[in-house]
Amino acid sequence: MSELRARLQGWRAAVQKRLPPWSSRGLAVSLLVIGIILPFLFTSSSAFMNATIIALAYAVMSLGLNIVVGFAGLLDLGYVAFYALGAYSLGWFGSGFFFKAHIHVLVSSVARTLPGVHLNFILILIAAGLICAGAGVVIGLPTLRLRGDYIAIVTLAFGEIIGDVAVNGQSVHVGGGMTLTAGNLGISAVDSPYFPGIGSFNLLNLRPWYWLIFAILLFVLFVNLRLRDSRLGRAWIALREDEVAAVSMGIPLVRTKLLAYAIGAAFGGMSGAFFGTYYTEVNAGQFQFGFSIFILAMVIIGGLGSIWGAVVGGMALGYINNYLIPDVLNTFPSKLGFNFQLTSVEFGIFGFLLVIMMVLRPQGLIPERRRRLEMTAEIAPADAQLAEAPGTPGGGT
Amino acid sequence: MSAAEAATPPAPPAAVTILRAEHITKTFGGLVAVNDVSFDVPQHAIVSLIGPNGAGKTTLFNMLTGLYRPTEGRILLGERDITRARPDVITKYGVARTFQNIRLFGAMTAVENVMVGHHAQMRAGLFGSIFRPPRVRREELQTREHARELLAYVGLREPVFDRLVSQLPYGDQRRVEIARALASQPALLLLDEPTAGMNPNESQVLTEFMRTLRDDLKLTILLIEHDMKVVMGVSERVTVLDYGKKIAEGEPAVVRADPGVIEAYLGKQA
Repeated sequence: MSELRARLQGWRAAVQKRLPPWSSRGLAVSLLVIGIILPFLFTSSSAFMNATIIALAYAVMSLGLNIVVGFAGLLDLGYVAFYALGAYSLGWFGSGFFFKAHIHVLVSSVARTLPGVHLNFILILIAAGLICAGAGVVIGLPTLRLRGDYIAIVTLAFGEIIGDVAVNGQSVHVGGGMTLTAGNLGISAVDSPYFPGIGSFNLLNLRPWYWLIFAILLFVLFVNLRLRDSRLGRAWIALREDEVAAVSMGIPLVRTKLLAYAIGAAFGGMSGAFFGTYYTEVNAGQFQFGFSIFILAMVIIGGLGSIWGAVVGGMALGYINNYLIPDVLNTFPSKLGFNFQLTSVEFGIFGFLLVIMMVLRPQGLIPERRRRLEMTAEIAPADAQLAEAPGTPGGGT
Repeated sequence: MSAAEAATPPAPPAAVTILRAEHITKTFGGLVAVNDVSFDVPQHAIVSLIGPNGAGKTTLFNMLTGLYRPTEGRILLGERDITRARPDVITKYGVARTFQNIRLFGAMTAVENVMVGHHAQMRAGLFGSIFRPPRVRREELQTREHARELLAYVGLREPVFDRLVSQLPYGDQRRVEIARALASQPALLLLDEPTAGMNPNESQVLTEFMRTLRDDLKLTILLIEHDMKVVMGVSERVTVLDYGKKIAEGEPAVVRADPGVIEAYLGKQA
C-alpha cells in the first residue's frame, strides 16, 4: 500500500517536472473560458444550470468560511447568520418590504415605479458585505479571549440568535407599520438584478444568473488568493499555528482576528444576497443551524485552509445536494425495491461522505499547499527504515 | 577558563540602561511566581538570568514581553513604561524573543516564518494586500529577500529556506527562531534557553554567535540559560532567581562564588 502510494507520488512529481512553467496559468485560463461558455452547453433553464448556480453560490460561502476556519483557525459554527443577514440585506434594500420608503437607485424602470427601497444589485451586494462585516466583528469580539471549542459554542449561539430574530422579526416594529422581517411568511417579490444591456434575470433564462454568480465567485476568489500570500494572510496562519508566538512577533491579535471574521462574513453576506434574489424570497425558515454545518463540511471536504479546495468542496456538495440526489439518483432506491426516496436520507449521505473523507483523505480533496508539503514530504532514508521495521534489532547495536 | 573569557568585553561603566524592571511581582492565585524583582539591563550588554527550575525566569520573560501583566511593579524600556503594553506593541518598540520549547509556525516554511517576524515593520493593510499596488509588491519582495538574508546570517543554507519548519532538524529550528526574532529589528533580544537540547559543541558555536549578534546588530541580549559554561562564557552580568526572588546579581565570577547561589543550586552544605 505504502509502496503504491510512493510510486504514485513519484509519477506525480515526474509529470509535474515535465509540465511547462506556464501550465498552472494555462489551467486557470482554460477554467475561466470553460466557466464563461458553460451556460451555452446546457438548456438555459435546466435543472443542471440551476444546480450549477447554487453550487457556485455555495463555493462563495465556502471561500468566506475558509478564511475564518481555514486560515485563521477560528471554528465558526454560526456562519448561517451571515447568509441570513446577506439575504435580508437584499430583502430590505431590494423589495417593497419597507413600503413607506421611496428610494430608488439605478434600478429597472419597473422597480422605479414601486414603493419601498430599491437599490441596484451591486449596491445591495456592497451593503450586504458591509452589514455582515460589521456583524462579523460583533460576533468576533466576545470570542477573542476564547479558543477552539469555546469559539465554536459562542458562534453557534450567535447563528441561532440571528435565526430567531429572523423568525420573530415580524413582531419588531420599525415604525410606520413596517416590521424588521417577515418571519416565516417571507419577504417575497424581491427585485431581480438589473444591469442595463444584459438580458433580463428571470427563472426561464438562468444564464444571466449564472454569469452574475460566476463573476462574484471570481471576485471572491481573487481576494482570497491575494490575501493568502500577503502580510495579513501570513498573520492569520501564524495565529492559527501558535497564538502566543504570533503576538510575540508583533501581530496584533484583536485586529487580525476581527479582520478574519469580518472578511469571511462579508463573503457569506454577498452569497446570501445572491440567494435572496435568486430564490425570489427571503424566508426565515431558510436559516437553520444545519446550513452552518453544511458550509463547514464543504470547507473540510475541500481541504481546510485551501482556496481551491473550498471552491471544489462547495461545488461538490452543491451538485450532490441539488442535482445528484434530487434529480439523478432520487428514484434509485425504489428501483432496488426500497420504499423511500434518496432526498429523505440526504443528511445521512453527507454524514457518510464526511466519514469516508476523513478515513481516506483527511487532508481534503485539494489540500492546502502547506499541508500537502507536510503530508507528502520525502522522509529521510534513515527515518523511513525506522518506520518500515519498527522494533527490529540492529538500530541499537 | 570561562571566567577569564567573561572579563574580556567589559561593559562601559556609564552604560545606558535599556531595560529596567522595578519591583515586579507576579502572583498566580496564591502562588508567588516572581517576588519583588528589580534589575537593569545595560545597553549593548549580554545579561543572563539563571536559577533552578521553577525559579520564575520564564514568567519574568513573559512579563517583559507583555504576555503576562505584572501584579505589581513597573517595567521600563528606555524611558518608556511598557508594564501594561500589549505583546505586539512591545515587539514594535524593539523587544524580540525566542521560546524555551521552540514555537515556530509549523505549517509555514522557514522563509515565511521569518517574514511573520517582519510583520511590525510592514505597512500593507487590507486593501493593499488585496490590490497589491507597486508599493506593497516592493515591500513583499524586500521582506522576502531580507528573510532569506537573515536565514543565511544565522547559518542556514538554501534548500532549507523553503522547507516547512516542522520538517527541519532541531538545531535548524532554533536558528529559524532566532532569525524570526531578528526580523522584527529588535534593540533587545530575549533568548529563553537557546542552548537547550544542544551538545557542547553546538552550544559553543551558539555562544560565539551571540557575541557576533551583539556586535554586528548593536543588540542587547538577555538570556535564560541553564548551561553554566555558556552563562559564564558569554555574559557580562548575571542575575540569579530562586523561588521568584532575586538572590544575587553581578559579574559572573562574583555570582559563581556567592554562597547563596551555590546553596540554591546544590542545596545547603551539611
